[in-house]
Amino acid sequence: MLQTENKSNVYPGFAKIRDYEKFVGASVINNLELLASRLKGKTIQNINSTSVGGGVAEILNRMVPLLREIGVDTHWDVIKGGEQFFQVTKKFHNLLHGRQDLINAHDFEVFMHTTELNIEEMDIYGDIMFIHDPQPIGLIKKKYEDKNRKWLWRCHIDVSNPDQDVWCFLKKFIVKYNASIFSSPQFSQKLSIPQFLISPSIDPLSDKNRELDIQVIDDILNKYNIDKQKPMITQISRFDYLKDPVGVIDAYRLVKKYIDCQLILAGGTATDDPESVKVLAQVQEKAGNDPDIHILLLPAGSDIEINALQRAANVVIQKSIKEGFGLTVTEALWKAKPVVASAVGGIPLQIKHKFSGMLCHSVEGAAFAIKQLLHSPEYAKQLGLNARENVRLNFLLTRHIKDYLLLFLALYNSSDVVHL
Amino acid sequence: MSTLLIAKQPFCFYSRLILQELTGLKAVNLSQLLKYIREVPDAVIYYHTHRFLQQHIYLNPEPPNDFAYWVDDVLGVHDLAENLASIDTIQFFDINSLRQKIIYTIEQYLKANPRSIKRKANISEVFHFIKAISFVFRTGFVAYNLEEFISILKIITIESIYFHIFESRLRLGNTKTNDFSYWLGTSVNELELAKRLAKLDPYTHTMEDLRKSIVRLAYAYTQT
Repeated sequence: MLQTENKSNVYPGFAKIRDYEKFVGASVINNLELLASRLKGKTIQNINSTSVGGGVAEILNRMVPLLREIGVDTHWDVIKGGEQFFQVTKKFHNLLHGRQDLINAHDFEVFMHTTELNIEEMDIYGDIMFIHDPQPIGLIKKKYEDKNRKWLWRCHIDVSNPDQDVWCFLKKFIVKYNASIFSSPQFSQKLSIPQFLISPSIDPLSDKNRELDIQVIDDILNKYNIDKQKPMITQISRFDYLKDPVGVIDAYRLVKKYIDCQLILAGGTATDDPESVKVLAQVQEKAGNDPDIHILLLPAGSDIEINALQRAANVVIQKSIKEGFGLTVTEALWKAKPVVASAVGGIPLQIKHKFSGMLCHSVEGAAFAIKQLLHSPEYAKQLGLNARENVRLNFLLTRHIKDYLLLFLALYNSSDVVHL
Repeated sequence: MSTLLIAKQPFCFYSRLILQELTGLKAVNLSQLLKYIREVPDAVIYYHTHRFLQQHIYLNPEPPNDFAYWVDDVLGVHDLAENLASIDTIQFFDINSLRQKIIYTIEQYLKANPRSIKRKANISEVFHFIKAISFVFRTGFVAYNLEEFISILKIITIESIYFHIFESRLRLGNTKTNDFSYWLGTSVNELELAKRLAKLDPYTHTMEDLRKSIVRLAYAYTQT
């Protein structure tokens, strides 16, 4: 028998809603409270597959207590599954992302077997069921129990080019939901149910994003032997082909011909991803013995290090070949950094070319933009300031909460203009 | 001028928030863009002609609409982009008239430049049509005369000013002018000030500049 887990009362020491007022102003918080008051009497039940690790758990950990604080009766439950189930859902994840993996009829059987067990065990009590990602998607089979109950499916992953076998399998469940939510327009699919666009967000109070003392930044630069006097180009990302770290080195070398700069490539390794070891080896080989290329392997939980490296950078680069929403870009923009990033995934949602950063499509384009920014610090500064303001208005946690509250209200109103 | 004249009807400040709904419609070239601009609901046209203004309120003046931005930045058809960006939105009293002007602008361009139809966006840069669902609510601020009106304008949210200047007029068709001018003219009989505010082109201000301009005009009026 599977045990499900209720996460509703586990909120150790997170920020209060009014702590965000200094970033977004009192009116934004007032609006959240007003929207929350219109949801009085409604219970929101979030369900996902894990309470720790991963972006969804990170978001729910911060968002659920804030929703409860403003008066929305919000709960969070977690499905259970065995090792086999999670191996299958990992395959789903890879295949939905357009990566290669092998899947067969037995995998789908494993998925359905665990789904049926969760359907039996899971206590469904929300007025609005908020189901996150593919793992618990099959719980929609319980929709028949209460016709008034609303069901939402939140897709946190890039499904712009999904494997059709997996997508068609999931689609049979998705179309039974009242609505779906995607993080970027590029991820939307042809569906018979409404699809909403809700971007993810960053938390300005988290270790990765909060202000740091200059001494903390200096200490971290010293720790990694980085020369703080020399212009720094920084990419923070996993060592993954899709992040194109080798292309970043090529771009750096084009810039280096004209500007004496240094490159910082910092990211974690994924122990469950043998490919990352291969990519790292290629990056090291490409870097050769250039003392101005710093390849930093950061252990999990290096949030303050990442924060410091972003804050110390003169230009942040994100030369991804494919990207989800690109929250590392959001983090750099929030720190008012001039960013050069590929026009892929959710990045164009965050950067308007030459307004709030520079978009690129090639190594040469990236190098040209970096040179422009290093040669024009005033222009770079203005882009950074625009970028921070854009994030402040559109990509902080409070905007994310607002969108969810509006979404819940939209379930009970079908008009394009809703008078609250 | 009558700053203490009690209004026939008080001015209730409203505000609005929007939720974005994906339509699933995508354009890769000008003919598809034109096709969907003809077909989509008003709420989609509204979203794409005002999104930049709302999401980038710090970047003005002259925020491009999404169509102009995409045609310029992605398709590289700069002259059409300029024509689209310079459509004088303030001249239109409803979304459909604005839509017809956009359609006419693209049609004329395609007639004169048929080869431009071959320009295509790459897969990561297609145009996605999105709908704005607006949630309108009272802010609790109410003005009973011109002085109170000015005081509230100084502190009300940008979203509220946005609602009364842009959305109420164009999307909800509440008045032929902006809500502020309408109220000043009809409820407090300040016709001259109403006329001055109606002459403002809000599309060429940042939202904060717009607030300052309105306050400045109204304050100067009370001093005459």
